[in-house]
This record gives sequence, structure tokens and C-alpha cells, in this order.
Amino acid sequence: MMEYILRLLPALLSGLDTTLKVFFLTLILSIPLGVLVAVGRLSKIKPLVALVELYIWVMRGTPLLLQIIFVFFGLPIVGITFDRFPAAILAFVLNYAAYFGEIFRGGIESIDKGQYDAAKVLGFTPAKTFTRIILPQMIKIVLPSVANEVITLIKDTSLVYVVGLGELLRAGKIASNRDVSLVPLVVVGVFYLVLTAVLTAIFQKLEEKYSYFQ
Amino acid sequence: MVLKVQGLYKSFKRKPVLKNINFELGQGEILAILGRSGVGKTTILRCINNLVKCDRGIINVDQMYLCKDDGEGNTVYAKPQQMLQIRKKLGLVFQNFNLFPHMSVLGNIVEAPINVFGISKKEAKDRAMDLLEMLELSDKANSYPFELSGGQKQRVAIARACALNPKIMCLDEPTSALDPELREGIASTIENLAKDGMGILIITHDMNFAKRIAHRIIFMDEGQIIKECSKEEFFNNIDNERIKSFIS
Repeated sequence: MMEYILRLLPALLSGLDTTLKVFFLTLILSIPLGVLVAVGRLSKIKPLVALVELYIWVMRGTPLLLQIIFVFFGLPIVGITFDRFPAAILAFVLNYAAYFGEIFRGGIESIDKGQYDAAKVLGFTPAKTFTRIILPQMIKIVLPSVANEVITLIKDTSLVYVVGLGELLRAGKIASNRDVSLVPLVVVGVFYLVLTAVLTAIFQKLEEKYSYFQ
Repeated sequence: MVLKVQGLYKSFKRKPVLKNINFELGQGEILAILGRSGVGKTTILRCINNLVKCDRGIINVDQMYLCKDDGEGNTVYAKPQQMLQIRKKLGLVFQNFNLFPHMSVLGNIVEAPINVFGISKKEAKDRAMDLLEMLELSDKANSYPFELSGGQKQRVAIARACALNPKIMCLDEPTSALDPELREGIASTIENLAKDGMGILIITHDMNFAKRIAHRIIFMDEGQIIKECSKEEFFNNIDNERIKSFIS
């Protein structure tokens, strides 16, 4: 048994490598973009607000799987082509930025308006008010929701199989079909569980770090 | 004269809140603006601190115009660079303090001097520690706002507002969040600031507090000043019905 699992590992680890690449790239790109989405959504410029709302509606209102297929198989029809990996990342980032944007917007809106007044009388520019006063308080508020989203993301990465990328789940499925065995699927499940446990622990630490204020 | 307000008008959604407000505040003077809630007291404070823009009027802060008439009947505001200089002259203590919860007591006080006005860290910190010592809060420098009592938060808010040596200190309902036994403390703190030459503008509906601390009283009703006089005159011969009903 152990021997069989060890034989599976190289293929699964290479799948894990793709999974983690999709995961981290999506996070690194969609979180800052999500801040911009939130700021755009809260701006006083009406057309910008309408545009951002439309974007959020489309991204949250259609399946991520459809969005990936749209970017990789659909856009080439109109002459826009991407390689597999960039296509998957583009769809993931646009999708996740919409979700993060809404989470951040909720966080920003729950901050007391008096904080803006206090910053203004002390001479803060709007940009400094946001980075020094609003953002640190927002991060604390949104951490639990972001943790949820991040854990969803690690599992959503399995959707990139549709463009033919060999991620973790696909590697397990291939082995399972080939060997007519349940073991590869169980091992894949354990991989996801371990990843989720690590993420949960990281977010717990982050929440502790932000518990110094209320 | 550290503050001069002339012909100040402000409406919200066409409803007039301030109708021709005129007053002055001298150096070291404690001026209390009294009146029921909703008569426009806080709006005056928000206009002076440029948290809302007035519709019309002249506000002069220590020889600098926050807003003035451009000669053609339009009210124009100071340019951003000058606005920053005016902000330096003004301190405001909010009714609910609005401390920054994610910063320590010291952080709250030094944040603006360092990050807005470019004062060196050491200088800002030394000044903050002096203020905290004066306000008997030295041991709380590294505490966070949620760890403080209401009275302590208020003193931190005063220290933060004093960090840039303003000429004018505005306090919005300073006794509203305090236990009665803490009133004397805040009264003497304010008096000390006035002794150093600061002009103090207090918005309150607390008669006893005004009686205890103010040099001069402005009484407001329905967006207008209906009485302006010394404290003695105000409390000794009340001839106005509206003031009578307010006090009793």
C-alpha cells in the first residue's frame, strides 16, 4: 500500500505544483484588485459605480467554470488567444477580485464615519486616510470572510482541468482510472485537507495578530 | 482675536440650519455656545473645522481666511496648502472622541504631526509625552483606546488635538460622556489650556458646566444667536423666555 502511494506521489506532486501556482497567483493578483473594486464601488463617480456593479454582477452571477471556458475557448473565436495557464489565471483573478471587492466594501462601510472626520481635522489627505486609518481597520473586519474565500479558492483551483492543465485532482483522477483504484482519490482528498488545515492555521494566527485592538 | 465668524449661513436640503451667525473668540477666552440639541451648535463647529462647507460667510482663523467673500457675493475657501496651515491652528475634540482604535495612545497623538506635518519622530514623541504627563496619562502611552475609560479617552482626544499647538480648541459636548465626578477634572484641564493662551470654544447643553467654566456665553435657538453676553450677565438676569425655559 505505502509502496503504491509512493509510486503515485511524483504525478500528484506535479499536480499540486500547478494547483499551488494557480492558488498563489490568484491571491496575489486578486486581493489588490479587490481593493480597487471596493474603492470603485464606493466612489462618488456614478458611471464608475455602475461599471463596477455590472462587473460584480457578471462575475458572481455566472459559474467560474464558464468564465474559464469563455476566456480559453471563447475569446479565440474573436481573435484573442491565451495560453492555458494565463487564461485560467485571468478568469480566476477577475472572478475572485469581484468577491474580494464585495467583502472589502462591506468592511470599509462598517467603519465609523467619525474616523473620516477625525482624519480630516488632523489634515490627512483622502489617500492617507485610506492607507493609515481605514485599511488597517478594514483588514481586521474582513479577515474571517477572506479566510472563507481563500479556502474556497484552494478547492476551486481544480476547475483548471477544463483547459487541460494537470492540477492535483486531475492527476489523481488519471491514476484512479488507470489503476482502477480508490486510493489516488483518497490521497488527493488528504492533500486538500492538509492545505485547508494550513490555511486555517495561518488565518487564525492573523486574527490573533489583529486582536491587539477592538 | 483668534477666531472670527461673520454672517455664517448653512442649510441642509434647503432647510436653514444657521442663519447669520456672528461671533469672535479671543486669546485665552472660554466661550460656550449653549442651546437645545438641533439648533445648529454642532454645525457651527463643523463649519469652523471645515467638515462641512458653509453656504455663505467669513471664517477667519488666527489671521487666515478659511472662507471669505470674493467680492462678487461668492464664498471661496482657502487653497489646500493654506488649509493645512489653518488645520494646524485648530484642534477639535469630538463628542465621541473618534480615536483611532488601531493605534496606541501615543500613536494617536503623533500620527498627524509625523505623517501629515512632517515633524521628526523624536520631536513629536517628546511633545506627546509632555501632553500625556500634563493630562496624567503617562502610564497609558502604550495602551489602546479600547482599554481606556471614557474620561481617559477624552483626555487622549485632547492631547491629540493639542499635538500641533493649536490657537483654538473646539470641544463638542465635552461632558456628555463623563460621569459627574469627572466634570471638575475636564473643567480644570480646559482652564489650563486657556491659561496658556488658547481660545476655547465649547458646544454644550450642560448649563452647570457652562456656568462653571465659560467666560462668555452665546445662546442659540433655531439657527440664530439670540443672546451673547458675559457669563455673569447671562445667569444673573435672564429676561428671555426661551432661555428661561431652557435653563429651568
